[in-house]
Amino acid sequence: MILDILIAAALVIGSVFTLVGSYGLVKLDRCMARLHAPTKASTLGVGALLIASVLHFFATEDGSLHEILILAFLFVTAPLTAHFLAKSHIHWNTEEGRLPDPPEGETWAVQAPAESPLEDGDSTKRLI
Amino acid sequence: MIRRLLPHPYLTALLTAVWMVLHNSLSLGAFVVGLILGLLIPVFTAAYWPKRPALKKPLRILEYVGILLWDILVANMVVAATILFKSNANIRSTWVAIPLDIRTPEAITALASTITLTPGTVSADLSSEGSTLLVHCLDAEDPDEVRDQIKQRYERRLKEIFE
Repeated sequence: MILDILIAAALVIGSVFTLVGSYGLVKLDRCMARLHAPTKASTLGVGALLIASVLHFFATEDGSLHEILILAFLFVTAPLTAHFLAKSHIHWNTEEGRLPDPPEGETWAVQAPAESPLEDGDSTKRLI
Repeated sequence: MIRRLLPHPYLTALLTAVWMVLHNSLSLGAFVVGLILGLLIPVFTAAYWPKRPALKKPLRILEYVGILLWDILVANMVVAATILFKSNANIRSTWVAIPLDIRTPEAITALASTITLTPGTVSADLSSEGSTLLVHCLDAEDPDEVRDQIKQRYERRLKEIFE
């Protein structure tokens, strides 16, 4: 009984945050601001739904730990898509963003002049 | 010799653990197959991972993950409130440049991922020599405060773990 309440609560929390994330995607007006909305769906939204799944399967059948793997892989890969979206946004819109000044003697990596990675052998120096 | 056979001990442990969770069993069979994979895959891919990442204090990772999960929870509420109750005109989106003290690629990757995973901030770019991180904030009253908080809360701990 208590377990059922916990599972239901986790499902509702996950659904609400996924809904708010989707609503934010529609409501916010600027590209970079909209990028923030789905981060909620992919963290607390999915996280709460997976917790509900873990609780349910430990209560009714043999427990399953696959959900932890789903969460781990999602948390490792989700920032990459956000990172690439932000980078391509900077490429498309240079004036709207008004980026802060890069540090002395450097540029932001997306704005750096293209160079062949084969020209110098020290790949550890370049971090991206 | 040990280096040749076991180029990335942490990767070996991780692969074994992932295999056992995939199998959903703590049996000896799953452990042995996982260990074989965990030993072979790093040897065959060692050419693409020339350096071992150094972990100075591996146990601190647990503390870090705990803090990260809590912050994700709190930031989710804050961003949900921002989306639901603030009009677009009142949301002060801004860019923040964060000067970095950490230098190793692994630590910077971990910091950038942390910033993106916490709702409300997305790491967008790195400066060309890797000394500054460019972060976008959804709603920040004071950009300096965001910068100080990230440096104080995450970067300091990552520096202890990696450097």
